[in-house]
Amino acid sequence: MTESKRNAGSGGGGIRMLNILDRPLATKGRGVGGSEVSLSAFSFLFSEMVQYYQNRVLSIADLERKLEEAGYGVGHRVLELLAFREKQYRREIKLIGVLQFVSSTVWKALFNKVADSLERSTENEDEYMIHEREPITNVFVSAPADISQLNCAAYIAGIISGVLNGASYPAGVTAHHVAIGDGQREKTVFLIKFRQDVLRREAALSG
Amino acid sequence: MFLHLFVISRSGGLIYNKNLSSSAPRLTVNEWLVLGSTFHGLHSIAAQVAPLASSGIEKLECDNLKLQCFQSRTGVKFVLTAEPGTPDLDNVLHGIYELYADYVLKNPFYEMDMPIRCDLFQQGVERLIERNSRELKKARSDA
Repeated sequence: MTESKRNAGSGGGGIRMLNILDRPLATKGRGVGGSEVSLSAFSFLFSEMVQYYQNRVLSIADLERKLEEAGYGVGHRVLELLAFREKQYRREIKLIGVLQFVSSTVWKALFNKVADSLERSTENEDEYMIHEREPITNVFVSAPADISQLNCAAYIAGIISGVLNGASYPAGVTAHHVAIGDGQREKTVFLIKFRQDVLRREAALSG
Repeated sequence: MFLHLFVISRSGGLIYNKNLSSSAPRLTVNEWLVLGSTFHGLHSIAAQVAPLASSGIEKLECDNLKLQCFQSRTGVKFVLTAEPGTPDLDNVLHGIYELYADYVLKNPFYEMDMPIRCDLFQQGVERLIERNSRELKKARSDA
């Protein structure tokens, strides 16, 4: 679904509307031809998806898991598509490389910007964090007070997890709210926890 | 100076209300609800008794009050009252409509026709009113 963000173009202004499936797969960037879907279209669809899951789960944690599952498949496809578009046919073998791929290439493809920051956790070696001030899944969402800990960016966390798993860097990814004070909106942190064997492999490769 | 804002659902229930200035009369919850649904009734009477096809009350001007109503395609009414002589209620109403379309309708936790409890909508309205009040004040002091 997120992928369609790029493909469905405005196509207005006298330009012939092209079916989404007829567009060249390799087209990227903005403008005529390969372009973006409107934020509204995405938001309505995403909103319906959240409502659909909300009627089928018992707890907030389950709802987040459902959103993560929905994003997971998107992540796999995004990885495949971007590898094709960016002509990166070689497998990424550095942990930091794959993280940068996520926070810049994937982010640019999906959100048309790079992630606000990518950090390594100071406490745990296997944890990395991607900070995002306003994930597009949260732009129009105000959760009621009783479920304020829910972060709809769990969907994006699922996408990240899909990309990483597809790239043979299995990791669990979760989305969290973090207060930044001075009356601003909470930002979102994606916590990426790699599996132990990923770190062992990384150590073996660099050692 | 803007006074009150009502948002009335298509079935006539008040779904959002806000005092926009400290000089506006304070209304109790009941008064808000009564005023909201009374306006809804008057609005539909006006539409029905009009000799030509009419969309109901759009503007009311009195000696000490100006009221303007904007009805969306789905029948949600945005009603704004202001002191007489306040220009440009249209712009503000459209701004509020836009905020409603964005922060209420795209919010997965909002149920149609229920009272609006969306933080982002609330903040948006506050910011919009603040900005417009400032411009009004500036325009007045320039004149």
